[in-house]
Amino acid sequence: MDEIGAFLAMGGYAGFVWSAYGVAFAVLGGLSVHSWRRYRGSMVNLDQLQKDLGRRR
Amino acid sequence: MINWLANPARFVRLSAKAVPWCGWTAAVVLAIGLFWSLFVAPPDYQQGDTVRIMYVHVPAAWMALSVYLFVAVASAVGLVWRHPLAEVAARAAAPIGAAFTFICLATGSLWGRPMWGAWWVWDARLTSVLILFFLYLGYIALVNAFDDHSRGGRAGAVLALVGVVNLPIIKFSVDWWNTLHQPASVMRVGGPRIDISMLAPLLIMALGFTLLFVVLLMLRMRTALNERRAMALRLNAGAAPAPRPGRERAVSAHTAVP
Repeated sequence: MDEIGAFLAMGGYAGFVWSAYGVAFAVLGGLSVHSWRRYRGSMVNLDQLQKDLGRRR
Repeated sequence: MINWLANPARFVRLSAKAVPWCGWTAAVVLAIGLFWSLFVAPPDYQQGDTVRIMYVHVPAAWMALSVYLFVAVASAVGLVWRHPLAEVAARAAAPIGAAFTFICLATGSLWGRPMWGAWWVWDARLTSVLILFFLYLGYIALVNAFDDHSRGGRAGAVLALVGVVNLPIIKFSVDWWNTLHQPASVMRVGGPRIDISMLAPLLIMALGFTLLFVVLLMLRMRTALNERRAMALRLNAGAAPAPRPGRERAVSAHTAVP
């Protein structure tokens, strides 16, 4: 238990170290999720459009 | 090789295979890198555990610079050879580079407070990286500011190329000026001056960031190609309002995309 506590405390710099990793994780994670959602959205949109246009012909 | 890859149809086929592969490899490499940085690497004898911030800060800084170089090279190719994929690549890469630059600045600030006693100082290294961040934001704003897609792309490309002058300033700022920031200890003449126990996790994190960049770049390029194809389909079908002059030209260049 003490070991985990010592690890989390980061030698007294917990706030700085964990915030740094947190910022990196939040930014890269957010960008990844955003990129993936937009990609899926564009795929669905394109498929739908191709289907609609194919039907009209 | 570049010409072979630069065919949009081939790019779509290749990236469909590469995205899952690179994605999972990036996840595994980053997991190993994080474990190594947080658990295995030793604390610094002067900086204690704050040195662990380095494993995010330094790879993010490397990415900030190399992604900018990528945007500039792709912009140049797009300007000179008018290749449609080059401009798509430059546009897709810029937000990723901006994200890495932001991480570099934020983690640097969180490292500077305990070690230098200041969140921010206006010295050469920090200021030139802040300018790099603004260059990214300016590029993104500029390419999206035009209704005419290709005009926006060209204006952005010129900005990206002018901004290249900032890259050597960033790299050598620690040598040219007196600064709080330490000089280079990895990419220097005479080899790295950092112990292998700290160099290894640093390089693994850098590899993970690079793989993540490749995945996000391919995803964002595919998204842009899909969106352009959808717009071209709508225009061809007459479903969209009459295009303004110039827009037709921008779209017709991409109707060959499958």
